[in-house]
Amino acid sequence: MEVDSVFFTDRSGRGSSNPLLDQLPSYQSLLYRRKSSIAGTKRRNSSRGRLGSSGSGKWGVSTVSRQEEKQKGQTEQKPIQELAKPMAEKRRHNTQRMAEARELSSWSQLRQRTRRNLRRLREDGQEWLSSMKLWRGDIHLIEGMFGTGILSYFSFLRFLVMLNLIIFLLMFSFVMLPIIIAPHASGNITYNLNDGGACTNYPSSARRGLVIFHEHITDLLSGGGFLERTYLFYGYYKVDKIHFPNITYNLPLAYLLVTVAYLFLSLIWIVKRSATGFKRSLVQDEDRFQSFCNKIFAGWDFCITNENAAKLKRSSLLYELRTDLEEERIKQKIADRTRKEKCRIYLIRIILNLFVIGVLAGCFYSIYIATIFSQEAQVDKIKENFIVDLIYEYLPSIVITLANFITPLLFSVIINYEDYSPAFEIRFTLMRCVFMRLTSIGVLLFTLWSQITTCDDGPCTCGYNELLYSCWETRVGQEMYKLTIFDFIIIVAVTIFVEFPRKLIVKHCDCGLAKWWGQQEFAIPQNVLEIVYGQTICWIGTFYSPMLPAICTMKYFFIFYIKKVSLVNNCRPATRPFRASSSNFFFLAVLLIGLALACLPVSVSVAHLAMFYMIALAGAHKRVIKQLREQLATEGRDKHFLIQKLCQAQMSLPIKSPVSKSQPRSSRSGSGRSPSYHTSFSNNFDEGVFLAHPHPDSSTHV
Amino acid sequence: MGNKQTIFTDEQLDAYQDCTFFTRKEILRYVLRSVLQTVTPQLCNIKESESLNIITFAEDIQSKHFQGLHGRYHELAPHLVPMDYTNDPDCKLPLALIVNMPELKENPFRSRIVESFSEDGMGNLSFNEFVDMFSVLSEMAPRELKAIYAFKIYDYNVDNYLCKEDLEKTLNKLTKEELTPEEVELVCTKTIEEADLDGDSKLSYSDFENMITRAPDFLSTFHIRI
Repeated sequence: MEVDSVFFTDRSGRGSSNPLLDQLPSYQSLLYRRKSSIAGTKRRNSSRGRLGSSGSGKWGVSTVSRQEEKQKGQTEQKPIQELAKPMAEKRRHNTQRMAEARELSSWSQLRQRTRRNLRRLREDGQEWLSSMKLWRGDIHLIEGMFGTGILSYFSFLRFLVMLNLIIFLLMFSFVMLPIIIAPHASGNITYNLNDGGACTNYPSSARRGLVIFHEHITDLLSGGGFLERTYLFYGYYKVDKIHFPNITYNLPLAYLLVTVAYLFLSLIWIVKRSATGFKRSLVQDEDRFQSFCNKIFAGWDFCITNENAAKLKRSSLLYELRTDLEEERIKQKIADRTRKEKCRIYLIRIILNLFVIGVLAGCFYSIYIATIFSQEAQVDKIKENFIVDLIYEYLPSIVITLANFITPLLFSVIINYEDYSPAFEIRFTLMRCVFMRLTSIGVLLFTLWSQITTCDDGPCTCGYNELLYSCWETRVGQEMYKLTIFDFIIIVAVTIFVEFPRKLIVKHCDCGLAKWWGQQEFAIPQNVLEIVYGQTICWIGTFYSPMLPAICTMKYFFIFYIKKVSLVNNCRPATRPFRASSSNFFFLAVLLIGLALACLPVSVSVAHLAMFYMIALAGAHKRVIKQLREQLATEGRDKHFLIQKLCQAQMSLPIKSPVSKSQPRSSRSGSGRSPSYHTSFSNNFDEGVFLAHPHPDSSTHV
Repeated sequence: MGNKQTIFTDEQLDAYQDCTFFTRKEILRYVLRSVLQTVTPQLCNIKESESLNIITFAEDIQSKHFQGLHGRYHELAPHLVPMDYTNDPDCKLPLALIVNMPELKENPFRSRIVESFSEDGMGNLSFNEFVDMFSVLSEMAPRELKAIYAFKIYDYNVDNYLCKEDLEKTLNKLTKEELTPEEVELVCTKTIEEADLDGDSKLSYSDFENMITRAPDFLSTFHIRI
């Protein structure tokens, strides 16, 4: 089995084929690629102390055919591992290289040895690192049983756990840690004084007196009550500066910078992770262009070791091949469509799209109403019943979850009537679902915002409604906290109360309904959207609730195990398998959209914070100016009074001043009078007295 | 039994580490794995987890200059693969044993894989070839190397071309002959249409390589984890 003959005679054989075909761009690019890969290995090996052309002479190659020399030259440049030769030859090659190496100078020997040791060290280091990876064994098991599509979902979940952990560590070390260690590190904490007046007043909403047990649960689930004034929410961080022995730590600035940092870090990490997937997708244009080849030659997942998984993979490959053949047929059909049919199809599509828009608008409106109702119920503090209270608190979350449950079903029904090609159908439905999920968060935030910034009587003095929302950031944080908790509860509840019973029913019951419902499929897109939704909430909420990333880390940690157990026990793989390469890209693209969405509220909040601060300051200013004015006015009046008194005193004196004419007590108005009034006194008193001298009539008289 | 025993010398391990993509730990593991295979058929039904336990145990022991496990294997089947590789013994495992390994058992191309790595073309692998096979199929082997061997695997009649019959055989192995003959015909025609550059209605190595570099899943699917 001569690999080399396959590799090389082909090329020499090529020389005799059609010269026109040799000029084909694809062939040229093939040659170029091959040349550049050899050049690449050349460059790589140049630092390995490559033996020059004299080296090949040293091997005693007696055969002088150019091909063999070229062959040897190329094999000598590649690292041994990558040679396509049987092991025995590789080992011979290795010993040859080592023998040659011994003939080199001690310096190059040293260099080669260090290089080899560094490579070994690197390989061992990489192996150790990958053995440290979380859940390595579990993911390996899943890959073996279900293939690479579902594997990518779980490795995505692992990625999110790590990301949230890092974000939490950032927040903790820069925001909470200084506060905690300040007393121990002899730091002196200064707090924010209430210099903004009413706008920075944050009265305690803690429960007083005897607290019923279930109120604690309500507090825990809604983030209010005893949880409100903890490190959990923004409102607790009143620290202004911490004065350590050597430095002064400006906490609000740190808080702001950490927010920017974690958003930036998330962006960079996601982009780095998606770089390979993106490159490949961009270049290869989703395999429309050699779909059959991909399935036959790269379709079977060699990692599969389980018999059931092999059976499933086979059937999914079969399904895919049949679908592709079907698509070819449909493409043909579309090409054959008449004009009349085209018009009909377009009309149907327009109507259905309008319907979809209507459904979306309806969902958003119901989220809006639910949020307003929930906010009013919380503010009015109508205490009816423990359960009803909780429902009122969670109303927006409930509505969002319901909407996100119903709309995908609706979309998948509608798309059948729109008559697209199967691949496009899937993608379009997915796009609609993504839009629905992420925009529902946006609507919630928008509603909250409008509630916070509307005051009963005209524009708000502080920029927001400080009567109802003494600390609006905490309130937004509480809403995000509630969304997170509810999301987690729903995932657990659906797994326990829907998936396990479904499996039991399908397994033991033989009726038609069970057969129609069928066994659970692990629908990757929907699951991915679920966790991207959760992650978007985490990003938005971290600014208002610094401990939310920790909660999300734990949440995803438990979700991993729940999903894994559910997958292994209840599910069979999707009949339309998701390909690993495009799925990675899809996950990260949706995550990026979520990140972009998350940046929006945070940046708006930060901008408005600045604005509110200015307004508060301006309010304070206004008050000060008003006070000053009043003060000046009263001073003026005082001086007026004193001057009148003096005049009286003067009048009663025997010595009469020649210019004094007027009676200070007279209340006669006369414009002519005033100037003389002024001048008579200006001779006797300083000008400075008449700063804001009012008209005798206008002000109060003595 | 009881004295220091090693399977490979350090130099041999070094050589293996240089010639393949495996680390020393992995190489030792494969030796023990191939040893285990030779003790089949009685022990072929050892559960995967148990065999892994034995192997991990043995690994630790080898690296700590162990104490008796190899002796026990030797006792079970005296005719098996020698424990001492320091003198580079020459023995080959037959195709039937290797093809029953858990990693290859479910693979539709298992016979072809083993055949393409064997020197005699009949699927009898020495330990060197065994390690070679898993090295090429490991995660770290580059695409070009995998492409070379993939071409060999799919070339059933070994004529350095993937002709229609090769493709049909490949497809039938993949789907266990559940496609109708017309569907098979259609798929093979389409495949050759997609990949054939020189218009001879069969795929030469350059056609195949050109096509496989554009297959995004190739690297992740053409990979056996051991």
